[in-house]
Amino acid sequence: MPKKQLKVDAIKNGTVIDHIAAGKALSVAEIINLNSSDEIMVGINLSSRKTGKKDIIKIENHELTADEVNSIALIAPSATLTIINDYKVTKKIDLELPELINGLIECPNHSCVTNTENIKTRFQTIVNETISVRCVYCEKKYNVDEVNINV
Amino acid sequence: MNNLISMRDLSKQEIERFLDIAAKIESGELRPDISRKLAALLFFEPSTRTLFSFETAVKKIGGETFSMIGTSSSSVKKGESLHDTLKTISMYADLIVMRTTIEGAARYASEVVDIPIVNAGDGANQHPTQSLLDLYSMVKTQGTLNNLTLGLVGDLRYGRTVHSLVQALKDFNPKFYFASPAHLRMPSSIIHDLKEKNIQFEEIEEIDSIINELDIMYVTRIQRERFPSLEEYEKVKDSYVIDVNMLDNVKDNFKILHPLPRVNEITKAVDKTPYAYYFEQAKNGVYMRQAILSILLKAI
Repeated sequence: MPKKQLKVDAIKNGTVIDHIAAGKALSVAEIINLNSSDEIMVGINLSSRKTGKKDIIKIENHELTADEVNSIALIAPSATLTIINDYKVTKKIDLELPELINGLIECPNHSCVTNTENIKTRFQTIVNETISVRCVYCEKKYNVDEVNINV
Repeated sequence: MNNLISMRDLSKQEIERFLDIAAKIESGELRPDISRKLAALLFFEPSTRTLFSFETAVKKIGGETFSMIGTSSSSVKKGESLHDTLKTISMYADLIVMRTTIEGAARYASEVVDIPIVNAGDGANQHPTQSLLDLYSMVKTQGTLNNLTLGLVGDLRYGRTVHSLVQALKDFNPKFYFASPAHLRMPSSIIHDLKEKNIQFEEIEEIDSIINELDIMYVTRIQRERFPSLEEYEKVKDSYVIDVNMLDNVKDNFKILHPLPRVNEITKAVDKTPYAYYFEQAKNGVYMRQAILSILLKAI
């Protein structure tokens, strides 16, 4: 029987973000505040029993902040987070999309008060077939891929 | 209720309370008293009608006002933040009525100060006091808000009154026709909301074929100030002009509403027909604004 081989190397310590919708890994990687020394492995369009295709990210020695977790929930709600210590899974985190996202999304509406006054944005999340967000201030609604997310 | 920021915030019951209080004020059954209360009318964006309507409403129930119109005479002009302007004014006034071009400014104001904020228009976003007076005008002319067929005509993209109105009616099973030039259509976010809530609507370009179905036609001005160039404005400004010859077969209960000011989208001849209701609508605004002030200042 042929030996199973991992397509993306295992990590000793760090975080694995698995089951990212195929094609979304680079967007997820973009919103994580990586240090220049962080080792990151990205797998795109890997086979998945659950969904057919998936992406995966493994980050060595990096613990995600709450903001990073919320942002991942926004753009990759089906993803799973696993914390690895000494090659073993020590914790699994279920992503939960918060009702409100504070300070992470730039409002694309130039007339919005968040772009004229020095205030944190606040977006309400709306989940239908896709995820969209509504600015609490100007009330404009956007699909997640129409907004900039800054962690 | 502490503020009136957006129709999106109001439940059906709260809307009905506003309507009920306005009716009781108009009939004389309720006589709210806000004497010794001072309302700051901050109109960063010019307005005459809404400003006068609020000023009248405040004075009719015994209150006083001070006003700021535009930014030229204020410290905003000197670079003061909206935050500081509002905070300072809240030290003097009991309530702030504000109009601005900045969308979401009223919501922000309600987070900055401890006194009630009334949104009198924030950019192309919301104009809830206009919506409430529109609803009041509909109840008075139709006897109900339920199951009405409405044609919204004109600038549906930039017209905040229509955005607020569509949300205001969401719980009353309306049927909408949206008639506008192609690039002044209802914003997609509002269209999405309507679809989600299964509210009937149709986007159309001409109104002749549907006018006889309508209970209410809500006409809005094509707003010059919302266009990037005069040329763009000139192209569409006369897209819809309502004239008497269009009204031959309308329903008996049919009424034309308009938030005013009118430019030339309704001919003066229409004013003499029983269908014109826009000046009464403006009068209804004073009763509704008395109701809003009384509720927010807890004077009833």
